[in-house]
Amino acid sequence: MEAFWIIAAGSLVAIPCGLLGCYLILRQMAMVGDAISHAVLPGIVIAFFISGQREPISMLLGASILGVITTFLIEFFHTKARLQTDASIGVTFTWLFALGIILISVFAGKIDLDQDCVLYGEISYVPIDLWITANGTIMGPRVMYIMGAVFIVVLLFIIIGYKELFLTTFDPKFAAASGISVALWHYLLMGAVSFTTVGAFESVGAILVVALLIVPPATAYLLTENLQKMMLITAGLGVVVSFFGYYLAAWLDGSIAGAMSLVAGVLFAAAFLFSPQEGLLTRKKRMAFATNKDS
Amino acid sequence: MIQHVDNPVVEIHDLTVTYNKKPVLWDIDLTLPAGSIIGVIGPNGAGKSTMIKSIMGLVPLNSGYVKVFDQDLQDVRSRVSYVPQKESVDWDFPASVMDVVLMGRYGKLGLFTRPRKADKEVALDCLRRVDMEAYAGRQISQLSGGQQQRVFLARALAQEADLYFMDEPFAGVDAATEKAIINLMKTMSEQGKTVVVVHHDLQSAVEYFDWVVLLNLRLIANGPVPEVMTGQLLQETYGGKLTLLAEVGELLTKKEFPSREKE
Ligand SMILES: Nc1ncnc2c1ncn2[C@@H]1O[C@H](COP(=O)(O)OP(=O)(O)O)[C@@H](O)[C@H]1O
Ligand SMILES: [Mg+2]
Repeated sequence: MEAFWIIAAGSLVAIPCGLLGCYLILRQMAMVGDAISHAVLPGIVIAFFISGQREPISMLLGASILGVITTFLIEFFHTKARLQTDASIGVTFTWLFALGIILISVFAGKIDLDQDCVLYGEISYVPIDLWITANGTIMGPRVMYIMGAVFIVVLLFIIIGYKELFLTTFDPKFAAASGISVALWHYLLMGAVSFTTVGAFESVGAILVVALLIVPPATAYLLTENLQKMMLITAGLGVVVSFFGYYLAAWLDGSIAGAMSLVAGVLFAAAFLFSPQEGLLTRKKRMAFATNKDS
Repeated sequence: MIQHVDNPVVEIHDLTVTYNKKPVLWDIDLTLPAGSIIGVIGPNGAGKSTMIKSIMGLVPLNSGYVKVFDQDLQDVRSRVSYVPQKESVDWDFPASVMDVVLMGRYGKLGLFTRPRKADKEVALDCLRRVDMEAYAGRQISQLSGGQQQRVFLARALAQEADLYFMDEPFAGVDAATEKAIINLMKTMSEQGKTVVVVHHDLQSAVEYFDWVVLLNLRLIANGPVPEVMTGQLLQETYGGKLTLLAEVGELLTKKEFPSREKE
């Protein structure tokens, strides 16, 4: 049963992270995902402080708001202060993250919150971190409910906004010219990324979230040239990573999150070398072909 | 030579646009006639793309206003189509030709509605008009420069607009594509549509356009081709950048001007 819950939790985190990650990669914003996943910390702490308990809804809300603020600040420093995007990301997320850490240490005595539980959720605790109702009924692992809800919200978001996300990612100018708000979809996407990363953060830990946000979509990108297939492959990879990651960790008797990240990395390397379209070897051939054609 | 027209499709009044306080367009006042093929011509960095973007509401205006069909763009958006420079998107994007052409239908569809069969038929028909029907299922990463441009045009056609803005549709395309595009524009203009094209090859400009806007930060000229494409006005537009232009009038009459100018 433990294996089942951990693999299921891993998959429930990997799928929404990966689906959103597809858009981040295509928008050349992979690092924004990383930044947001850190910058949401003060949002979590403040939400925690206001609600006074580890209650997932207010934490998710607080994180989403901070995520959108982060995106806004990155944009702001980039356009108004003429800072390069990467510098702007670096400035924004480090100080928000630091602010979160300071808030935790200031409030640490007053509320039941420590850096460990916010920053380093641990996937191996999934089966024992149960949701027990007031009258004592055991509902199963708490993470399954949180990530199940995140999963459904992200899926609905992508299904409803598929067209708009597709167009604003591919050609924002044309989107704007056809009357579709590029800024709105940008912030909705970033809100969704924040919401997902924080749910995932708390459930399975930071490293795994950042890895799942970027590595499976990057792998899928190498394997297909169709966005819907890219998303399906990403989802499939999420399950594969969780499954083999769990058993690799069991076999090595090591960290589950680490093993899952490792499996994701190995799959990426395999795709990088051997993909039919974009593999290192195939690409070399194609580039030679393109140069011949152009001259 | 700045000619104003009655009942213009586009009216720009007192338009100034700056990027980081540096003016890119300065006090532009112009009107464009309906049903023509209009060339917007000027050297690199003259503000041609910026002018199109400011008409499409894609850049903030420092002063002035733009009217399209005598209305705000907001109210007539579905009648206006925009073809960005093809370099402005990533052609390795995981999308098929059909996916891209269908984007032309999104503005009409609105949220929650997926493209229907009728939209796909329109898209296929538009691909047929640019001779790309056979490529509908192809991935866009596999297209040549000319084919990419045709796909962009098909997407614009799928918008079924009355006014089209095309940013450098002839840049980096093969001769066959260039011919196909110009024929398409002629057909469109015969159907009463207006096509505004950013272009920078002077010789072909004389052949292709009915009306020309010469631009270099300021508006240099706006009028019918014979009156605008003169040595003196072109000299004024290109300044010292194109010393050959002293002879341009001569070249134009002799039609020996070297064909394509590379960016
Ligand atoms: N987003 C931007 N930010 C800052 N400067 C810009 C931007 N876009 C264009 N420019 C500058 O504005 C000027 C006009 O650009 P553009 O309209 O693209 O010219 P053209 O299309 O005629 O080549 C150029 O000097 C260009 O460097
Ligand atoms: Mg330009």
